[in-house]
Amino acid sequence: MARAVSTRRKAGYTIAAWIIGLAIFFPILWTIVTSFKTEAEAISSPPSFMFFQWTTENYSTVMERSNYFRHFWNSVVISLGSTVLGLIIAIPAAWSMAFVPAKHTKNVLMWMLSTKMLPPVGVLIPIYLIFRDVGLLDTKTGLVIVLTLINLPIIVWMLYTYFKEIPGEILEASRMDGASLRDEIIYVLTPMAVPGIASTLLLNVILAWNEAFWTLNLTAAKAAPLTAFIASYSSPEGLFYAKLSAASTMAIAPILILGWFSQKQLVRGLTFGAVK
Amino acid sequence: MTKTTRALMGATALCGMAALAQAETLTIATVNNGDMIRMQELSSAFTEMHPEIELDWVTLEENVLRQRVTTDIATRGGQYDVLTIGTYEVPIWANQGWLVALDDLPEDYDVDDLLPSIRAGLSVDGTLYAVPFYGESSMVMYRTDLAEAAGIEFPEAPTWDFIKEAAAAMTDKENEVYGVCMRGKAGWGENTAFITSMANSYGARWFDENWMPQFDSEAWQTAFSDYLMLQNEYGAPGSANNGFNENLALFQQGKCGMWIDATVAASFVTNPDDSTVADKVGFALAPDNGLGKRGNWLWAWSLGIPAGTDAEDAAKTFVAWATSKEYAELVAENEGWANVPPGTRTSLYENPAYLEAADFAEMTLESINAADPQNPTVDPVPYTGIQFVAIPEFQGIGTAVGQQFAAALAGQKSAEEALQAAQDLTMQEMKAGGYIQ
Repeated sequence: MARAVSTRRKAGYTIAAWIIGLAIFFPILWTIVTSFKTEAEAISSPPSFMFFQWTTENYSTVMERSNYFRHFWNSVVISLGSTVLGLIIAIPAAWSMAFVPAKHTKNVLMWMLSTKMLPPVGVLIPIYLIFRDVGLLDTKTGLVIVLTLINLPIIVWMLYTYFKEIPGEILEASRMDGASLRDEIIYVLTPMAVPGIASTLLLNVILAWNEAFWTLNLTAAKAAPLTAFIASYSSPEGLFYAKLSAASTMAIAPILILGWFSQKQLVRGLTFGAVK
Repeated sequence: MTKTTRALMGATALCGMAALAQAETLTIATVNNGDMIRMQELSSAFTEMHPEIELDWVTLEENVLRQRVTTDIATRGGQYDVLTIGTYEVPIWANQGWLVALDDLPEDYDVDDLLPSIRAGLSVDGTLYAVPFYGESSMVMYRTDLAEAAGIEFPEAPTWDFIKEAAAAMTDKENEVYGVCMRGKAGWGENTAFITSMANSYGARWFDENWMPQFDSEAWQTAFSDYLMLQNEYGAPGSANNGFNENLALFQQGKCGMWIDATVAASFVTNPDDSTVADKVGFALAPDNGLGKRGNWLWAWSLGIPAGTDAEDAAKTFVAWATSKEYAELVAENEGWANVPPGTRTSLYENPAYLEAADFAEMTLESINAADPQNPTVDPVPYTGIQFVAIPEFQGIGTAVGQQFAAALAGQKSAEEALQAAQDLTMQEMKAGGYIQ
């Protein structure tokens, strides 16, 4: 009996999980389906989900009108660059906070997090002026720096949480074996925290890939990533929903594929230390 | 390969590199709409004529573009050489010294051919600061078949009372046909633009001559009550969320008896590829109340050049080409006369080929000519602009007031409460801006 209840409960959880999963994924699915409609079908009411004349015309129009690969390359450089730079800064920072905490470490961590509470538009003009003066407007370097800075608190916090789970005695033992600080971080700490570092990396690549405030405001033609590519298909005066959907699908496809292949790593990292 | 051949090839390569080095790149910020996209596609004709100029396009959604170019021009960031801006920005930016005066355009540009109201909207003290790419006003688009079935004959210049009667007669909610579709979505360029234009024809105004807000006036009460009545009784469900695109979709699917909106929509609703009612659309001037002002607005997407650009001459060459008569002919040659950017030049409306291709041409011209941005209201005002007030604070105030209007339409507050809130917040902002004590 107990087994039957358990199986029923399990089935219930599975169905609930599928319903929630599909509900979360539905907007993306709808965007993908709309991208294969004509503009007239995209606005038809009631909308058709599967039974319409499928067309790839929107994709060819988008490819013809925009330089997708330039935007894609900019997104790759900006998201990977900012994440790697962030990790280089955050790993030693998180190490010191986790293993050699000072009196005000907790306060420093809270202060770092508090910088995320500031609305970005509040610092737009000062950053814009600094970038103008140092020639960083519309450059990938400039965006790598800004995205590193805005994501750094999250990277440090995530790594700090993972590092706290690693027994300090192991690092102590490596020091007793004569390892330098550099060796300790590179050869002992980092391999043990790989799941945490990998999930931090993936999460930050996704955050940087989707960041739309700074990437739209600090770029023009040369460094504009895929967020600008999507924005170019939005129009308050004219119905371009199908083309906008095609552009959105092309912009999210790389990150969806990356997320699909790395989901195990991502989940493992995000639940690292959750169950003891 | 002989030495001579090698030398010649080397010289050719060097010449090529030199030519590339000399090419000047213009970065053009623009919006995503049919006419602007067409300009991008046809711009190869310009670069063929001017190989020394390269074009780099930055296309953005209207609000993103506005925020982006405002930041850039206010900080003199120098990211763009040509800006797509509207009649709201031009007078404000020109007064700040942010735009290059376009008073030395070539003679064959024929600046006197520009429609007078559009030219006035883009000029400050008689000097042109941007050239119009396309211009629009607003008008009534109606279903001729529904009007006929309801026994209504549309006059060329209807009144608001007529609109109320026609809306009542054409509404058939059981068959999802709504008498009148109007903007309800909050935003200074959405419901605020529509309601402000409508209120102008009721004798209302945003400010008196001393910049005192006037939302507590009787004219505003009447105009806003009529707007709410039309939307609630004869409008589409959920109209508080409907802007231009949503109403365009409704009209194209045959769900609106009338749609009062931008003249530029005429080419969309009469396009058989997208519209199910393409051959059943009639046009009339925006309604009035017999007070001398119609409820139509004036807008022109225009090309301006930011002061401080290092490519001023090339930018002038480009904006002159993109808004010239020759460009109109180029569009006609490639896409047909109906697709020529409307509302900028008198000569276009004297062209029989255009008049034949565009049924809506005459009404568009009349609507634009009926708009007077210098004297937008029945009573005198200290500002210019019809559906907006040309002051820097208006984007913020207009959106906040639009939210109050939308809240009343959604039934969250009464008309009186919404107008009172609009009065209070406008008063507060005008005091903060130093317009009033």
